[in-house]
Amino acid sequence: MKTPRKRYVRPIDFKRGRVDMTHGSGGRATAQLVEELFQEVFDNAWLASANDAACFAVPEGRMVMATDSHVVSPLFFPGGNIGCLAVHGTINDVAMMGARPLYLSAGFILEEGLPLADLRRIVESMGRAAQQAGVAIVAGDTKVVEQGNGDGVFITTTGVGIVPPGVNLSGDRCQPSDRIIVSGTIGDHGVAIMSQRENLGFSTAIESDTAALHGLVEAMLAVAPDLHCLRDPTRGGLATTLNELAGQSGVGMLIEETAIPVRQEVAGACELLGLDPLYVANEGKLVAICAPDDALRVVEAMRKHPLGREAAIIGTVQEDAHRFVQMETTFGGKRVVDWLVGEQLPRIC
Amino acid sequence: MKYIDEFRDGATARTLAQAIAREVDPRRTYHIMEFCGGHTHAISRYGIADLLPQNVRLIHGPGCPVCVLPIGRIDAAIDLALERGAILCTYGDTMRVPASDQLSLMKAKARGADIRMIYAASDCLRIAAEHPDREVVFFAIGFETTTPPTAVAILDAVRSGAANFSVFCNHVLTPSAINHILESPEVRSLGTVPLDAFIGPAHVSTIIGSQPYEFFAEEYEKPVVIAGFEPLDVLQAIRMIVRQLNEGRAEVENEFTRAVTRAGNAKAKRLVAEVFELRRTFEWRGLGEVPYSALRIKDRYRQFDAEARFDIGYRSVPDNKACECGAILRGVKRPQDCKLFATVCSPENPMGSCMVSSEGACAAHYTYGRFRDSVAA
Repeated sequence: MKTPRKRYVRPIDFKRGRVDMTHGSGGRATAQLVEELFQEVFDNAWLASANDAACFAVPEGRMVMATDSHVVSPLFFPGGNIGCLAVHGTINDVAMMGARPLYLSAGFILEEGLPLADLRRIVESMGRAAQQAGVAIVAGDTKVVEQGNGDGVFITTTGVGIVPPGVNLSGDRCQPSDRIIVSGTIGDHGVAIMSQRENLGFSTAIESDTAALHGLVEAMLAVAPDLHCLRDPTRGGLATTLNELAGQSGVGMLIEETAIPVRQEVAGACELLGLDPLYVANEGKLVAICAPDDALRVVEAMRKHPLGREAAIIGTVQEDAHRFVQMETTFGGKRVVDWLVGEQLPRIC
Repeated sequence: MKYIDEFRDGATARTLAQAIAREVDPRRTYHIMEFCGGHTHAISRYGIADLLPQNVRLIHGPGCPVCVLPIGRIDAAIDLALERGAILCTYGDTMRVPASDQLSLMKAKARGADIRMIYAASDCLRIAAEHPDREVVFFAIGFETTTPPTAVAILDAVRSGAANFSVFCNHVLTPSAINHILESPEVRSLGTVPLDAFIGPAHVSTIIGSQPYEFFAEEYEKPVVIAGFEPLDVLQAIRMIVRQLNEGRAEVENEFTRAVTRAGNAKAKRLVAEVFELRRTFEWRGLGEVPYSALRIKDRYRQFDAEARFDIGYRSVPDNKACECGAILRGVKRPQDCKLFATVCSPENPMGSCMVSSEGACAAHYTYGRFRDSVAA
């Protein structure tokens, strides 16, 4: 009697292989990719259990949940890649509610033809980012679209976290005379990305600021539990975030151009490209609104944290039925800082 | 930032503003037109009007390249990309200019047209080399500043034999537009637009020099002070204009000496003269047909002329009836005088071209200055 041969599974070729349609078919190739890449790198009991969903105990208190899709091009940029960005982005949305992030899920839409080596680099970077942040990636999904229907890889992450008692952050809590604080230099991420786009090709030492901010938030809440609101100025930049908050709270704002930290290199690149740093994306910065009495204490605490070293008070919330965000320019005049309209496009002259 | 911050210094600005306030004659009003969108942008962005005395009035001129581009020309460009399968390349701001059927290049792109934003005319040649089986058309717009790079792209195409590359030329000329404004009935006979002096173009003048404006100073007795695009440049130019008007002089003066000479850039002018010739007439959005105000590609380079290659016929399309862009571009009205301003016409949804680019008078006022209207109201 013959014994059946032991099935041989050829390991995935992460050096030369590419994503093909079978990786998203739900069959063996999908299972193998999950096992050899995602389970191995993310390495936690929830994924190892191989169930359809992760099951975890819920701590006491209020939970928050946030989701974010990432479609950045190019996939790799100075200071990071789409992987760590996808982890930081969602952690930060959770952290902006004052919550401690606990779990993440990750959905991947892969484009046929993506080098598996690139995918591995991205997933490893996600794993590292999650580990450093103390967050587990407990659920995931992988789909593959035909070549030409994607941009290498799209990643959607969803996160849950828990809000400590006594913390009540919300975009509608800005009150006249509150202070406006930013955690550091603005525009770094957007300029780092733009410097890599093929049709621009200027070289710069600017790196993306992508980082998980919940540690910084914790340090801020420790000295000022009654912070009024936090938001991370990602797409649309600082200007758009301030307009969102002004709109939500029904107030105006007055910021001072000279107080806003901008790196020389970023200011230079924006000048060259005809862009305004106020509208350029950030991935590791936050805007905080707090009572005037808390402001100095908060900034001091922020400056002690590595992600808040250049924190600064940039302005004041004021009464304004029109909800204008205004800026005192370096020049001494005043102007409106409006919403970003469409995409930021360079001027011609 | 070195060489930039020096021209945006608040303390110097206050000193200059005080000097202007001391020098103005309180018995008269100074009506100064800044021709260029770059100046309009700087004035609004840095809040320069806040620093000026009440009797110094700034009038926004038509020097915004996308603002003066007529609908018919954008329609033709959209047609090239949408119906005739060409890859259309153009500069950033052009993407949003409203065209017929509620289209714009941006919206045409969403409908499947292959439209690419470029930073340099030479990018088009790279795209043409990458797609030898497609027609690549450069939708060239702008004043004298952007014209030399287009000339270089055409001459490079001759050298490299780029058979699939052509240029849809819409380059326009600054002096003809200034002339048109000075000849307009509002300025000349009706006197409804008081116009005492011009802040002359910055970047345009680096190419054409200061000499072409001498005619306006002599014939029309209007002082012209060429100024850079930084806010201190603008303030300094205003001071120089105030002095000229006080002293009854009408001369061309150059505030922007760090970049502009009397003769301009001889090499750039030679390149432009090699490739382009004057059009007999060209439609400007807001100004209508302006004689000898634009350039076309010479017959010698006809194979790179998209108008010839695709047999583009021109059809003039009127603006929305309520849109005041025309009057605003001529300095007859201000943005806030238009019924559409900040109602149905906003930067998200521009009806008229002045609301498109941040250099446009309406967009600049909407984006940076409209809090002043609410104070006044």
